[in-house]
Amino acid sequence: MKILATYNIKGGVGKTSTAVNLGYLAARDGYRVLLWDLDPQGAASFLFRVRPRVKGGGKALIQGRRPLDDAIKGTDFDNLDLLPADFTYRNLDLLLDAAKKPERRLASLLAPLRHEYDAVILDCPPSISLLSESVLHAADLLLVPLIPTTLSVRTLDQLTEFVGEFNGHRPKVLAFFSMVDRRKRLHTEITRDLPAQRRDFATVAIPALSVIERMSVQRAPVTAFAPRSAAARQYALLWQEARQRSGLRLPRPDAS
Amino acid sequence: MQNGSGDFELDGGAGASLEALQVIGRGTGISVSAAGDGAARRVRRTWLDTFDWRLYRAGLSLEQQSGRAGTQLVLTARDGERLASLPAAVPNGTGAALRWPSLAAALPAGPLRELLEPVTGIRALAPVARAASRVSEHRVLNADAKTVARLTVDEMSVSYPARAQAQPRLSVTPVRGYQAQADRLGGALAACAGITPTARSALEAALQAAGQQPGRKRAEVRLTASMPAAAALAAILVAQLGVVEANVPGTIRDIDTEFLHDLRIGIRRTRSALKLAGRVLPADLTARWRPEFKWIGDLTTPTRDLDVYLLGFGHMEAGLTGAEPEDLLPFRQYLERTRAAAHLDLARGLRSARFARLTRQWRADLAAVGQPRKRPTAGQLAGQRIAVAQRRALRAGQLITAASPAADLHELRKDCKELRYMVELFGSLHDPELRWQAVRELKALQDCLGEFQDAEVQRTEIRAFAETMLAQRSAPAVTLLAMGEISAELALRQRAARAEFDGRFAAFASRASQARLAALTEPGGP
Repeated sequence: MKILATYNIKGGVGKTSTAVNLGYLAARDGYRVLLWDLDPQGAASFLFRVRPRVKGGGKALIQGRRPLDDAIKGTDFDNLDLLPADFTYRNLDLLLDAAKKPERRLASLLAPLRHEYDAVILDCPPSISLLSESVLHAADLLLVPLIPTTLSVRTLDQLTEFVGEFNGHRPKVLAFFSMVDRRKRLHTEITRDLPAQRRDFATVAIPALSVIERMSVQRAPVTAFAPRSAAARQYALLWQEARQRSGLRLPRPDAS
Repeated sequence: MQNGSGDFELDGGAGASLEALQVIGRGTGISVSAAGDGAARRVRRTWLDTFDWRLYRAGLSLEQQSGRAGTQLVLTARDGERLASLPAAVPNGTGAALRWPSLAAALPAGPLRELLEPVTGIRALAPVARAASRVSEHRVLNADAKTVARLTVDEMSVSYPARAQAQPRLSVTPVRGYQAQADRLGGALAACAGITPTARSALEAALQAAGQQPGRKRAEVRLTASMPAAAALAAILVAQLGVVEANVPGTIRDIDTEFLHDLRIGIRRTRSALKLAGRVLPADLTARWRPEFKWIGDLTTPTRDLDVYLLGFGHMEAGLTGAEPEDLLPFRQYLERTRAAAHLDLARGLRSARFARLTRQWRADLAAVGQPRKRPTAGQLAGQRIAVAQRRALRAGQLITAASPAADLHELRKDCKELRYMVELFGSLHDPELRWQAVRELKALQDCLGEFQDAEVQRTEIRAFAETMLAQRSAPAVTLLAMGEISAELALRQRAARAEFDGRFAAFASRASQARLAALTEPGGP
């Protein structure tokens, strides 16, 4: 089982769109996928039409009183399950703080699911906190969507440096440009130059397109309701890069 | 397609049931919507099992499904859980596409084969039912238009073992995390007229429509101690004839080696019953038919002996110390050729007018036994015959010494077999637990004698094979050397069995073991 996380300290950069679309594409490829909506706003849960509620709240999950397994909901798509958001997730930091080895907590909570899923995608809230640290420790691959500005590249450097100081398990980082507006010269320049210079950048960028915004109206991944759109094609390319970087093996055709 | 948490059979058309669902939905906030493009899929289905229903008995169902998306083999558990699957158009070891009947061992290595092989063993998988399904899929949506369950309507036309239309089936499969909603829906469906919950799997439904039942064992003959012995024996012999006849087609088609094995058991039991108890039948019946059963028995022996060789071939290869397994390839090919020729003779015999007459006339003669004299009773006959066979086996065993030739042990083995058959054929007169206890030591002795005799036969045969192969110039020196190793290994096996014999016989001859057997011989059973 590989753990992928969409992470950025900033909000509104396309984390949830990425998590939802990559989750759908991975499931369509035959991987058994779990998407955990860790953001108390519950945008991913909303997009999959699942009520953002977990019995016992985040407390029961973090304290291990309720196995993750119990809270999982099937989505409308084969092979893709969702662990919904809950409003109490806003207190996850406090709960983690009270737990032993808080930075390892998410990894140990997910461990029992390793035979059930090939990939877990963590959709993180925008913050730098104990929760994000626990996510960074659990993940095999960090997917970092960035709006093409100089400042966001600086944030990425800080993140890479932070992760580089980890002892033992360190996630790989795959940054990519998101919400790229071709009409803005700065966006075009940064999107063109940086991926060629840095290995931790994906060669693909996700454009700012209205069809992506329509996900909240359709309540489905754009890759599902408009699979031939430009946005869906870009997400498919991003998924290929993410799959290769994460080291996820091809799904076995003979296993069900 | 799968046997989900709620399966239903529909008396009316599938459309009426979906309408009923929409009505239910209005009160509970659910709605039903066609999945995908709404078009029904057509699926050709073939269920596979062994002749003796090993998968069904183990709670498994293996189905080959062919549709627009291709062909696949799917193994499911009784609760509908999908355990493994495989695209069925994969080539087998020889590069040809997989065809049925086939051994599970012919499947490509993988989870499906790993799950099947321990269950099916040496029995081949063959079609047990065929059908064509028209499958339409629907989604059950909650107020948020979220799918909470999937509904499948399956309209199935059965084409094998007989043409029939099965009742349409409706399956409710909950989406994970929405069990409660699916259960509510299932409850509401069950309350609708014309919709009946069913625990039957699709295979069971297909077979029921075709007027059959899966996994049915051949009915055991029920005897009573007081019934006339001749009537009891006739019933036993009719049952054995049934065993023989049931295994003839599989033997002729050479589906797997167990058909011939079981056919031989039916013949041997018939012969033993005629030999030991035939005198209670009308005078000429036994004399007339014993030679015919000897004829058919003898006809089956060469193929079976070669089967035993080939089934143990892997074991023989593994036992080589000096030679390499590939050295034995010409020997294996020789055995396979010889077996093919022997099987041809056997199949010819089983298709012959003589064999057809034997089964037809034998059945008619047994039916004509009619209302025989009341005495002796079945209980008396069983008691006497088991006692005679027991005495005979005991006496023959006591005469075995260290100097006895292999032929004497073979004779003892035959006596033991006859005793065992007598116990089994009259089995329904005795308590199954007591019967099992009574033959415990006998079985162990039989295993030992079987090992000794098999090694003896194979050792003699391997010499004859080597001579023939040499004469035919089909055996390189390395093959003959490897065969020599096998011969030595067989001699060791035989010696080990011989060394075990005294202990096994002493256990069989012990007072306790003999008393348990004798208990079966008391009038009317124990």
